[in-house]
Order: sequence, then structure tokens, then C-alpha cells
Amino acid sequence: MTARPASRRIAVVSGGLSETSATRRLADRLGEATVAALAARGVAAEVTTFDLRPRAHDITNAMLTGFAGRSLQADLDAVLAADGVVAASPVYSGAYTGLFKGFVDLLGQAAFDGTPVLLAATAGTARHSLALEHAMRPLFSYLRALTVPTGVFAASEDWGGDGEAAGALSGRIERAAGELADLVASRDPKRVVDEYENAPAFTDLLGSLRTS
Amino acid sequence: MQLGVFSVGDVTPDPTTGRTPTQHERIKALMEIGRKAEEVGFDVFALGEHHDHPFVPSALTTMHAFLAAQTERLVFSTSIAHITTNDPVHIAEQYAMLQHLSDGRVDLMFGRGNTGPVYPWFGKDIRDGIQLAIENYDLLHTLWRTDVVDWQGKFRTPLQGFTSTPRPLDGVPPFVWHGSIRSPEIAEQAAYYGNGFFHNNIFWPSSHVRRMVGFYRQRWEQYGHGPADQAIVGLGGQVFVRPNSQDAVREFRPYFDVAPVYGHGPSLEEYMRETPLTVGSPQQVIERTLSFREVVGDYQRQMFLLDHAGLPLKTVLEQMDLLGEHVLPVLREEFAKGRPAHVPDAPTHASLLEKKEAGLLLPRPAHESARQAEEEVSA
Repeated sequence: MTARPASRRIAVVSGGLSETSATRRLADRLGEATVAALAARGVAAEVTTFDLRPRAHDITNAMLTGFAGRSLQADLDAVLAADGVVAASPVYSGAYTGLFKGFVDLLGQAAFDGTPVLLAATAGTARHSLALEHAMRPLFSYLRALTVPTGVFAASEDWGGDGEAAGALSGRIERAAGELADLVASRDPKRVVDEYENAPAFTDLLGSLRTS
Repeated sequence: MQLGVFSVGDVTPDPTTGRTPTQHERIKALMEIGRKAEEVGFDVFALGEHHDHPFVPSALTTMHAFLAAQTERLVFSTSIAHITTNDPVHIAEQYAMLQHLSDGRVDLMFGRGNTGPVYPWFGKDIRDGIQLAIENYDLLHTLWRTDVVDWQGKFRTPLQGFTSTPRPLDGVPPFVWHGSIRSPEIAEQAAYYGNGFFHNNIFWPSSHVRRMVGFYRQRWEQYGHGPADQAIVGLGGQVFVRPNSQDAVREFRPYFDVAPVYGHGPSLEEYMRETPLTVGSPQQVIERTLSFREVVGDYQRQMFLLDHAGLPLKTVLEQMDLLGEHVLPVLREEFAKGRPAHVPDAPTHASLLEKKEAGLLLPRPAHESARQAEEEVSA
């Protein structure tokens, strides 16, 4: 309501599979840090954060029927309209979860075209930390997203312990959020393309064939 | 309001018995459904073109001609015929022939066909889908309206001095609907020619259908065919009806749960909430169908899918009896109420012939004739 013209939209997607997941915890911190980093650059932002877990059935249904139910469509729309995205998934078997990939597939090929994306993942041990680089980043490169250089991975030990690891996690969050904020602030707010508005006039459709 | 039956002609095992009908049985069943459609008072019967397993309707004009010989009143349409992979010359001739044999009881719904392998099977590339739909229909439109055609395009052999035969009955080509579930370009195409727009309406939430039809109506007006509410709109929809709604749900559920197009996904209840699927009593079918008017405005054609997912022929025919007796008369009456006088009915051969005799049918869309005239003047 008080959004200034230059206000940006950040979508935070958490693919965590448990009700209060570490992935959601990390996603929330990244979302907050991104808003703070944008504010420090004089840019207001609204954040929409959501879990995929309550949409698990809807995601499968949408794959089978070809259309998304109302709640799922609202989540898809939030990502499609976002100026920047935080994408967070747990790591299972060395990569993002099937649920996370299912959601990304439903967004379509053009959803992340040139959109700044911060990649994040969680796992039980640090052994999985490269999943960000060998699984998440190639997926978003394929989708032509602008992935920020710093990916944020959090293993169990990053959340507590002697404080050293936890401090390091905060540092990575700050750095990655700053990189996302830089990219978002340097770009014009996204205009959501209305496919009906942009439908080519019939004379152009026909004309392009007649000149060949 | 035209009320009709449309089928995709799938050969699907009946999940309650495990039995799969033979292709022969299914083809004969489709013919029986067609005859029944006329008997119980439907206006239109349409078959969807398929060339892939497990569907049987490949030769639509043969099937419709067979039925035309056994009926008096029923109009035959396609749901849909492929405008992308069929030769427009072949379409022009086959459907003009059907038009003569059926005394004008034929129109067409065209679509691109959404089965990937069909394109290469017919020597085409699916990436050209929209372009093929545009070029092929434009040639068909010309072949039916111009006696001697010189033509060159991107996808087909050029034509020199070609006349498709037979010429359309009374010089009036069959009315054409363009069907699409998601491409604004096709709604645009329908609007450009002043043709009908058909939305299958089975798989999509009403918010989407509203946008698609709204776009078509708006473009229809922009192309100078008249006010948006005079555009010609058709909708699909699926019903399963029993006198008592609990019986309908209980009997349809095993078919729904494993149906090739939506089985293993949302529950029957979710699907009914999100899409036009109606499983219930005649009164529920009436109320739901009438509610489509709130989504797309007064429209001209409502088609019902009744016979897929392995439902036995006997069950399909019982549905048709129930619809004919309890639903169709009420829908006709209710759809007529409050419908503005200037909203036209779906075009038929008789109404198009009348228009032609009044000098109102132009060989090309009016705006294009004007554009061509301008170009000729400036050249």
C-alpha cells in the first residue's frame, strides 16, 4: 500500500519437506537479509515466502492434469512476478528434491529468464555442500537465471555448536543477500508479460508467411 | 443454443470389468451414439481426429457421411480436425463433399492437434504448429470462396489455376470454429475471419476460459465483425448423470480414478470444483451448465463429452436418454431467457445461405478487403 514506484518483489521458495524445516529457516533468513540489503541501497521490497510442502499434492496433480489449482497458481504467480528469487531446497541423494524440481518445471521455461536468483540448500552433513554447484546452479543456468555467485549451504552443524560455524553461516547469508540486492537494485522492476496483450496481430502472423 | 455431443473416440478398458472393446466395436458404438444424439434431441455430433493409439476416429468424413445417411436433422462437426497436418486442399474437397451429401449439415472445428508424433508422421514439424494453422486455414478459406486459385505459400506445393471440387453447397462454405485451449494466436485467428471460437473447457479453470473467450470477443469487435457480444462462442464440458446424484458419483468414480486424461491426479471432488466436470443429477447438470454463461457471456454452442474413459455403450446411451428428457429442454429454455435479441444463434447452412442471398457474406474478411483495396490504390 505504501509501496513506492521503485519497490521490488522478492519471492522466497522453500522446498523443505518437514513442517518446520531447516530449509524454511534458512530461506526466511535469506529473505530478511535481502530486504535489509535492499533497504540499505534505498530500495523498498515486499517478500512472499512459501513452502512447497503444503502444495505437494497440487504439484503432482498439476503435472498430471496440465493446470494448477488455485493455491498453487498463486505461488507460481508470485515467482513469475518476482524481481528476485531465493530458491532453497534440501539435498536428497546429492541434488534438490523431486518436489522442488516439480515446482520449477511447472513455472515453465521462461519463468527465470534474466531473473536474479539466490541459490540455497540444506543437508545433514557438509558432504552435500557441492550440490549447490553441481545440481542447483546448472538447473538455473539452463533456465537462463542470473544466479548470484555466492550460494548458501547449511549443514546441521551450521545452526549451532561452538559458534564458529554459525557465525560463518551468518556471514555467507549477508554476502549472498548483498549480491542478490545489488542485482535486483540495478535492474528495472519486472513487468509481468500479459500474453494476451502481446499476442501478435493476425495480419502480422499471416504477413510473415506471405513474404516468404 | 446448439447442444451437442463430442467424442474423442478413445478405446479404453472398462476399469470395472477389465474388458477393452475392439476397434470395430468402438467404431460401431460411436455410430450408435451419433444416431442416439439425433433421437434424443441433440443438435450437433462431433468427432475428434486422431491418428494415434488408443483412438479410432481417423477418417472423420467417412464416419459422418455414414451417420448423415441415417439421420435427418443432426449437424456434424469435428472436435477437432487437424488444420496443421492435413492438406487444406484435401480438407476443402472432403468437407465440401460431406456438405453436399448431408444437405448442408456440416461445420468444422479446427485445432492444431496436441500429439507430438502426429506432425512427423504427416511430414510436418510441431514447431511450425501456429504457422501451419495460419497458412493452411487461409488457403482453405480461399479454396472455398474462389473458383480458380493461384497460390503460393511456405508449407505446401504451389497451386496454379486450381479449382477444388465439389464447390461448396449453394456457394456457401461450411462454418468454421477455431479451437484452442491456450494459444491467443488461435483466438486471434478466429476473430480475424469472423469465425467461431471453441474452448474445450474440460481441463481448465474458469478464470482461464474467461480470459481466452474475452480476448476473442474483444478482437472480433476490433476486426469490425460487430459488437463483442455477437461473437460466436462454443464450449465443451463433461457430465455424468443419474437421476440421483449419489448414484452418479458412486458409479462414475472408478472410471474417473483411472481415466487416461485425469486419473491418478486430483480427486473427483477436487476436479469438479476446479473444472466444469459435473457428476450428479439432471438438476445439477442444468445449474452447472447455465453457470458457464456467467463466465463467457451468452454463447452459441455447448458440447458434452459423455463416452470416454471406458464407459460402456449402454451407460453412455442411458446418459443420453436422461439428458434428452430432463436436461436439454430446460437448457434451451433457460439459455434463451435474458438473451439479448441482437446475440445471434450459431450459424447453420440455412442461416449462412440467407446471409449470402442478402449480400452479407463477403469472400474475404471485410477489413482485409479494405486493406487490399488501399494497397492497390497506393501501388
